[in-house]
Amino acid sequence: MTRSDVQLMLDVKAGDQQSFELLLQRYRTPLVNFLYRMVRSREQAEDLAQEVFLRVYRAREDYEPSAKFTTWLFRIATNLALNSLRDHRYQKLEISMDAPIVADAEGGDERMMEVADEHPDIEQHLVEEARKKMIRHAIEKLPEKQRAAVLLHKYQELDYSEISKILRCSESALKSLLFRAYETLRVELAPLVARAAK
Amino acid sequence: MSCQKMETRILAYVDGRLKEGERAEVDKHLAGCAACRLRVNEFRAVNELLDELPVIEPSGAFNARVHALVAAEPAKRRSWFAWLTPSPRIAFVASLLLVATVWLGSRQTPPPQIEPTDLPVVESTDYDVISSFAPLSDLSQTPDDDASDSDATSQQQQPQQM
Repeated sequence: MTRSDVQLMLDVKAGDQQSFELLLQRYRTPLVNFLYRMVRSREQAEDLAQEVFLRVYRAREDYEPSAKFTTWLFRIATNLALNSLRDHRYQKLEISMDAPIVADAEGGDERMMEVADEHPDIEQHLVEEARKKMIRHAIEKLPEKQRAAVLLHKYQELDYSEISKILRCSESALKSLLFRAYETLRVELAPLVARAAK
Repeated sequence: MSCQKMETRILAYVDGRLKEGERAEVDKHLAGCAACRLRVNEFRAVNELLDELPVIEPSGAFNARVHALVAAEPAKRRSWFAWLTPSPRIAFVASLLLVATVWLGSRQTPPPQIEPTDLPVVESTDYDVISSFAPLSDLSQTPDDDASDSDATSQQQQPQQM
């Protein structure tokens, strides 16, 4: 039987290291993806995700299951991401579009894709990459809090009450925040949306 | 339902997170509002576009780095004021000591009562305190008597001053 997050955390509190390992396996990918989409740098996202796990471990002695584990976990992650963005606001990387750099798993940190000449369907591949890049850019352009709301809602599938606790706002304020975010995305992605909405 | 109210429900409608009653209300509104119908379709399209972003996997060294961070942590972190909070054992022993002290204190015998007759009478032969004061009968004299007395005294003292 799969133990719940809360049970695992209580076991960690009791000194069970194996339960911490299970939580790490369960949440490392969602956390890294959430943070990557927040801070736009894979390396930084991994550093922040490691910091999240460290904070969870440090807080084990005082852990009380008063809220859902994911609410607590993503609140730590969101706070770290927002602080990191604030710290790096004026250090935004400007990378030349001409720089031939190999892209990462999601298509690249603002970098040109290096496509192998022997790619069987190079045109299709480039179209798909351009499309993903456009979607990624649209998310990145959202204000930080709207971005966090969209990512938690869309990719982590947290419910409104959880997200509102993470972002420290009311549920109605969250719904309004999400509506504005989707409105912005609708405009930013208008060419793609128009095709899809037909 | 108004188009403005739709704003707070449209996303939950697209996600299928609305309750049955709320969903029926939205459906009813959409049946008569082309603008909201278009917006629902567009939000649905945005939602599907967001699904296209692939999921990335953490690097191979991710777990090892978390393990290293956790291993570097002290066994038990105590807060700044933790030393102020006694451990249960110390608190128990301290309570026992306190109770024992109070109990022993209550059992102590009272000091012996001293009868006034038991007090020794000290008779000093070195200094005659009583004889150094004027007799009490002198206090009943009038101020005039005092003046004459003082004159007399000064007269008595004059020869001594000489």
